[in-house]
Amino acid sequence: MGSFNKVTDYQAVKPLFFDGMTLLFGGFGGVGTPPGLVDCLIESGVKDVHLIGNDAGFPWIGIGKFVVLKRAVSLVASHIGSNPVAGQLMTDGELQVEFAPQGILNERIRSAGVGLNGFLTEIGKGTLLGENKPIVTLKGREYLYESPLSGDLGIVYAKKADTFGNLVFDKTARNNNPLIAMAAKTTIAEVEEIVEMGALDPEEIIVPGAFVKHVVPTKGINWKWIWETQGT
Amino acid sequence: MGDPRHIIAKRAAREVRSGMIVNLGIGIPSLIPDFLDPSTNVFFHTENGLLGFGPTPSENPDWALSNAAGYPVSIVKGASYFDSTVSFGMIRNGRIDLAVLGSLQVSRCGDLANWIVPGKRVPGVGGAMELAFGAKRLIALMQHCEKNGKPKIVSTCTLPLTATACVKRIITEMAVFDIDPGGLTLMEVMPGCTVSDIRNNTEAAFEISEQLKG
Repeated sequence: MGSFNKVTDYQAVKPLFFDGMTLLFGGFGGVGTPPGLVDCLIESGVKDVHLIGNDAGFPWIGIGKFVVLKRAVSLVASHIGSNPVAGQLMTDGELQVEFAPQGILNERIRSAGVGLNGFLTEIGKGTLLGENKPIVTLKGREYLYESPLSGDLGIVYAKKADTFGNLVFDKTARNNNPLIAMAAKTTIAEVEEIVEMGALDPEEIIVPGAFVKHVVPTKGINWKWIWETQGT
Repeated sequence: MGDPRHIIAKRAAREVRSGMIVNLGIGIPSLIPDFLDPSTNVFFHTENGLLGFGPTPSENPDWALSNAAGYPVSIVKGASYFDSTVSFGMIRNGRIDLAVLGSLQVSRCGDLANWIVPGKRVPGVGGAMELAFGAKRLIALMQHCEKNGKPKIVSTCTLPLTATACVKRIITEMAVFDIDPGGLTLMEVMPGCTVSDIRNNTEAAFEISEQLKG
């Protein structure tokens, strides 16, 4: 403490992953998923992991690289269509998948991140995804109650951080990363560029460093995007 | 007859008008920009956190600037980036003028089924439920029948629903239908089709618009 310097490296954060943990991961189709921290997760050898994130990535991209190893027991996501292995594991009963409407999933994460106890919505009413959810009736109208989603550890990707962990993101690689950074009990940010405190304009900071525990410099993207393998 | 997907996308492009904020789903809707008049001035929204995306860049694609399918895009003047909750706030709060979604089934009262075929395809719902709920106008695009000839415009959806009573217009390669509380009305017959072709391939009952009768 004292210096507020949170900069560390992959080796130092590896022990933070543990068997049976709930892991929140940033990214949308792998865009904005921290590549080095996914490798740390894989190399840590942990199993029975509960995953929460937007999607299952691709089998070779983002969290998909971990999902295919069958070391996750559950996944809360909005879709898994880009990772057929995830679909197969779900069908085979090896991965329990809970689908949530994308924006509702994000709000559930945000709800945890801002210290609230969930919210009411009409999204999903009358559908499979609304089944088994508590119903609250207010002034004669029915709403579904959506609970907050937190996790033991959050892994996010940012364009820039200062040593305190103030985060700035990169275009559509921002997506759910700010919410995940806020919601996890412990958040590790993998970043492209680390600067000294005072070097970021306070107006441009998207996630204040109070939400970030560790900052790790990235080794860069180490997978081929779908458009690199199939053309654009 | 050309590729039905292109016929549908070309007709759907006429629904996109200058001044609109528009979200296009994956599948056939994503083909719409190819058929837009270049003078059409719209902001395209994508769920992954961008309002105002433009065409695929011809060179130097940026992995951190993509659409919801993960493919590189460019941005137009006035574009903005935001996180996923802001993106869906825009959707739920009625700031999307037009959403065009691919579909598996639509019922005569506008129920939409487009996210799961139980036992076969379980990709997940993505943002479809919220687009169906929150967009000011929702148009469903689909081929008129399944590959085996089974109609997809039905009196009651047999597939699990995305949302109830949300579709305002259906465009297929055979027809354009409007949906209001009274039910389904045939608005246009696509070139090469007849009303009886459409009757034979549509399970739901429908009215014929006055303008078509005229």
